[in-house]
Amino acid sequence: MTLDQLPIGKRARIVAVDWSRLVDEEGQRLRALGIDTGARVALAHRGVFGGRDPLAVMVGRMTVALRRVHAAAMEVEPVAETAGTNGAAA
Amino acid sequence: MSRQRSAALVGNPNAGKSALFNALTGARQKIANYPGVTVERKSGRLVLPSGEPVELTDLPGSYGLHPTSPDEEVTAKVIMGRFPGEAAPEVLVVVLDASNLEQHLVFAQEVIALGRPTVVALNMIDLAERDGLVLDPQALEQALGVPVVPTVAVRRRGLDELAAAIASAEARAAEPNPGHPRPHIDLTERRISAHAIAEAAIVSETRRHRLHAKLDKLLLHPWIGPVILFALLFVVFQAVFAGATPFADALDGAVSWLGDQVRAAMPPSLARDLLTDGIISGVGSVVVFLPQIVILFFFILAMEASGYMARAAFLMDRMMAGVGLSGRSFIPLLSSFACAIPGIMATRSITDPRDRLTTILIAPMMTCSARLPVYAVIIAAFIPNRTVGWGVGLQGLVLLALYVAGIVGAMAVALILRRSVTKGAASGFIMELPKYQMPRVKDMAIGLWQRAWIFLRRAGTIIFTVTVVLWLLLNFPRAQDGQNQVDASLAGHIANGLAVVVEPIGFNRDMALSLIPAMAAREVAVSSLATTYAVAAADDAAGSQQLGDRLRGKWTLPMALAFLAWFVFAPQCMSTIAVTRRETNGWKWPAFMLAYLFGLAYVAAGVTYWSAVALGL
Repeated sequence: MTLDQLPIGKRARIVAVDWSRLVDEEGQRLRALGIDTGARVALAHRGVFGGRDPLAVMVGRMTVALRRVHAAAMEVEPVAETAGTNGAAA
Repeated sequence: MSRQRSAALVGNPNAGKSALFNALTGARQKIANYPGVTVERKSGRLVLPSGEPVELTDLPGSYGLHPTSPDEEVTAKVIMGRFPGEAAPEVLVVVLDASNLEQHLVFAQEVIALGRPTVVALNMIDLAERDGLVLDPQALEQALGVPVVPTVAVRRRGLDELAAAIASAEARAAEPNPGHPRPHIDLTERRISAHAIAEAAIVSETRRHRLHAKLDKLLLHPWIGPVILFALLFVVFQAVFAGATPFADALDGAVSWLGDQVRAAMPPSLARDLLTDGIISGVGSVVVFLPQIVILFFFILAMEASGYMARAAFLMDRMMAGVGLSGRSFIPLLSSFACAIPGIMATRSITDPRDRLTTILIAPMMTCSARLPVYAVIIAAFIPNRTVGWGVGLQGLVLLALYVAGIVGAMAVALILRRSVTKGAASGFIMELPKYQMPRVKDMAIGLWQRAWIFLRRAGTIIFTVTVVLWLLLNFPRAQDGQNQVDASLAGHIANGLAVVVEPIGFNRDMALSLIPAMAAREVAVSSLATTYAVAAADDAAGSQQLGDRLRGKWTLPMALAFLAWFVFAPQCMSTIAVTRRETNGWKWPAFMLAYLFGLAYVAAGVTYWSAVALGL
């Protein structure tokens, strides 16, 4: 499953990112925001018109907006609900 | 002689750096641009406990020393001492958001690893407490190996302690060998250790339903969110156009009063005319927009400080993506409805250079408030004041059509530019949505004052110069007996030449003439037409006629419509061109902007004129 397919509110871990699908700058920006392999994320909101784009992703205590094309490059794996799992790199 | 002491605030965006900067330096701030780039350099004076002053710089927010935007590049270069003409700050003050420790520690470690005298401000600790986080600053200090001071900038908590810590770090900076660089660790390692350090510094953490998650549920809701955004925009527009009127009228009154005073105090002379008709009315005609600009910026600053702005960008991203832009372009374009100048300056927040350039190029097509006087006079004179049914007035409908024409034109141009001139992979839309916060009165006041000052300074320099030049063009050479001054002037001769060019699109010579002073500011076209027809009208009866009546006598409806269509697109504003030159660092893009907008205006006016003639209007 990729990040854009994750149901809203479900917690997941990024297991692989296909950086080749993203422009270099985008990849660098996402990594700087802590969105990288190993990060624990959850989808908080989907955008409005038509394509349900962009997405708001929770990473740690931060919310990051990104587009579906970015999210589609990230393979995620749902994780069990446990309290206090905020870690970006566990 | 004492050396120049300096310190800089560094940190992630949304760490509360600006609020901390305002709290540390007060209102004595200097805003300039870093040379060669359009990144704002904010500096101010921090007074140490010893009474000695330190120059404190607020560096642009950054996620790391490997820049992904012009802002971040400046931050990285200044910190490393590689920015030409800018000495590396002696003390680095790393600002951390206490409730977002793990994320912010990633960049903090990178800065600390440089081994320079560094102090950490653990900022917004009150908000962290509100979120149920209890932190141990001592543990953080031990883990990081540099002093950590908890601060709440907005409540002035911890400021003295921070100043003291900066002073002792500063004293170390004076030693011959102030720091020891530590081994470099890469991003992944930094992230792992950031997690560990944050974990160790968090004493306890209770998960609460945070206010901001609830607000986001509402404000980012797929249906309710856009409704709230558009309702808010409606309020902003109402306030900008209706709320500013009394203030603008008062300013207008003050300007004419000043002109009258000068006229009464000085004997008739050319110098007096230059002062009253040239400088006072010219600069005055731009200064009257100050209330609108202040009101607009009040809303923009409030939206920014509260964290809503990022949500607005989120909601608008899908629509902007349709023409190859991103949600970040929305705010600059919105500002351009008041005035393209603040709009173009606001494009600095767009990270992608191609997106930014496209936004700058289309910003002048948003109907700015300077077009309103032109639209109002022409519409009142030529469009019958009747309803077209359902209580919708025809005049209002035409005004709306002019706004829509500008927006549609801008979107179409963006689409074309993104596929030609500014072609390239889209940078997408990646943006942190910051926590919601109550805007602070003091920070808002400082921000508003700075915007107003920048605007007034421009009115006093660029607009002043242009006004004087135009006045000279209109008044020299002097008219001979029996000759009209406008006809005799250099501007009159230019208008004669221009009239040949604009004749095919239905403009007469008077219209061509009005376009010349309108290059200073669009609304001057109205006063210029008034002057021309007043000078031309020989007898007193005609002279006292309203401008609208006189226009109806001289122009046909197709001519009036063509004039309106011209003003939707024509880049009739020297200040916009000047700002574009500054923001794009050269004449290439302003020249391109002038050429394509004049071309568009010419075609639009021509099509309008000949369609109207063909329809027998």
